[in-house]
Amino acid sequence: MEAVRQVDGRAIPFGAKNVDTDVIIPAHWLKTITREGLGRGAFETLRKDPDNLFDSAEYAGSPILIAGDNFGCGSSREHAAWALLDLGIKAVIAPSFSDIFSGNAFKNGILTVVLPQDQVDRLLEVAKTDPVHIDLENQVVTTPFQDRFEFEIDPFRKHCLLNGLDEVGLTLARDTAISTYEQEARATLPWLAKGVETA
Amino acid sequence: MASKPRTLYEKIWDAHVVERRDDGTCLIYIDRHLVHEVTSPQAFEALRVSGRKVRRPDLTLAVPDHNLPTTARRDAAGQRIPISDPESAQQLAALERNAPEFGIRLIGDADAEQGIVHVVGPEQGFSLPGATIVCGDSHTACHGGLGALAFGIGTSEVEHVLATQTLLLKQSKTMEVRVEGQLGPGVTAKDVVLHICGVLGAAGGTGYVIEYTGSVIRDLSIEGRLTVSNMAIEHGARAGLIAPDEKTFAYVQGRPYAPKDADWDKAVAWWTSLATDPGAVYDKVVTIDAADIAPTVTWGTSPEDTVAITGTVPDPASFADPSKQEAARKSLDYMGLTPGQRMQDVEVQNVFIGSCTNSRIEDLRAAAAVLKGRTKAPNVKWAIVVPGSGLVKRQAEAEGLDKVFTQAGFEWREPGCSACLGMNPDKVPAGERCASTSNRNFVGRQGPGARTHLVSPAMAAAAAVTGKLADVRELA
Ligand code: SF4
Repeated sequence: MEAVRQVDGRAIPFGAKNVDTDVIIPAHWLKTITREGLGRGAFETLRKDPDNLFDSAEYAGSPILIAGDNFGCGSSREHAAWALLDLGIKAVIAPSFSDIFSGNAFKNGILTVVLPQDQVDRLLEVAKTDPVHIDLENQVVTTPFQDRFEFEIDPFRKHCLLNGLDEVGLTLARDTAISTYEQEARATLPWLAKGVETA
Repeated sequence: MASKPRTLYEKIWDAHVVERRDDGTCLIYIDRHLVHEVTSPQAFEALRVSGRKVRRPDLTLAVPDHNLPTTARRDAAGQRIPISDPESAQQLAALERNAPEFGIRLIGDADAEQGIVHVVGPEQGFSLPGATIVCGDSHTACHGGLGALAFGIGTSEVEHVLATQTLLLKQSKTMEVRVEGQLGPGVTAKDVVLHICGVLGAAGGTGYVIEYTGSVIRDLSIEGRLTVSNMAIEHGARAGLIAPDEKTFAYVQGRPYAPKDADWDKAVAWWTSLATDPGAVYDKVVTIDAADIAPTVTWGTSPEDTVAITGTVPDPASFADPSKQEAARKSLDYMGLTPGQRMQDVEVQNVFIGSCTNSRIEDLRAAAAVLKGRTKAPNVKWAIVVPGSGLVKRQAEAEGLDKVFTQAGFEWREPGCSACLGMNPDKVPAGERCASTSNRNFVGRQGPGARTHLVSPAMAAAAAVTGKLADVRELA
């Protein structure tokens, strides 16, 4: 997974509250077999409006999305995180996120930044004309206008994001412990270790 | 030194801890992983991209089920009949490519053993008591009916299990749901679990692993226990469990992947030792009297919306919680029902017998017993029976059940998830009702606008015969 240290650039001033996963990626995109290309389905319904933010030249390739309260509520579909990633989003700033969405975002290397509503409002204002800067190392969001908003993040998640560690990679690093368990289990619960080869 | 008395869940958990972290999270070893076509493609893709392997292909079994059509899959010449939905075809093709590439055994779409993952696992002896079992499907708790710790996972976790054979988990709280007494006539395992959904509510089990105990649960057959545990997620529980006993051992013995010879004796000894110790404490205990359980139906769009078949549609104002009142109003609007209406007056146009909740041989026998010598009512436009696996189908045909169904006006289909979810061609038309033996009555679950009433197989058969939700006891 790509390491996230700084996210810098134009931020899409979306701002909507209670954006559910159906809005982020409609259900008919769930029958895909790859994560790639889901960006085309991201915010599909909103993008039917020709003046939508996501397709405007101004915000093309923006790495940051600014949203309202409870972003990513609804179903647990991981496609929501994949769609944002495919759209080029590396960080989402909002006053709150659904737990499942922020978990899925993290697993896919997207940084979720929680800031109070007034600071989010200020960033929405700035984003209309200027870039926003997120410094994960120092846990702070800044703007060219001397705004400086500090944020909290779980230390484990921060460590993983900064170093581009994914959960699978971290567990693979525990290979010795897993192999030890397997050896012991082979002795004590031998039938469980056999699986489909017993046929 | 006497160790602290433990519950069944705690014993299985403890036996699978690879590592315990300071914050209480544990790396848990996974013994069995069932893979199907819908939630696995992106997991395999991620492995491929990162150059990772499947750690234990021998502990993994792949079976397509969710979006396979339930019509014939091969023509007379044995050639595959193309799947008309290109996306379903693509997901099936991906599974057929990924399984051999990663060395995983695939039960193919036209193999005799093919079926719904949660029917195939126990049937093949792949799912075993005391094992940790995962699958990218919410109803994985089904295998808890054998005394396995089984739960559904998302695609990232599917990838994690494929690569590491483990999951990072926090231990759940424990709840005992004790059902004591004797079930009345016409009351089945499905009615028991629907009743539990009503008592606990859709979120009542959140944060818990539930152990179902009591004389009613012990008296259930293994297939009945699988039905009960299947719906643990519908009361919010992470998993459901039923202690393995002699019946469980008899069910497992001799199945293709079941332990054999010396292993068998060791396995039975261990399984026997898993029962909750006397004096072990559950975080919560709920007791249910069997006498309170009637043949049960749902009226709303959550499995907690249950009522006895002899009852009426509730008035939303009768709920104490304002948010439940609002939800009930919305449900009734969607379902096209009015408060006070008798459940037995509700007409159905569709009947679905199938899904991992109720598609095993005993389910088909129960439905056929009601249908024998009868035919579906004229207003029932579509009635289908979808066996849970090819082996169930074959067994039913050997017993002549298929004839009973077709003579009653049912279609006899190939195994798969079918109308349990609106992902394959089997859908309930918008605005129409379906008496369904599946596990979810959510808005749009059986197709956009479809109205689902969850029932037992015998009750589904009764609904087909009368054209309405009906009390099976009156058809005896
Ligand atoms: S039958 Fe329904 S609940 Fe069961 S595995 Fe298939 S889709 Fe999931």
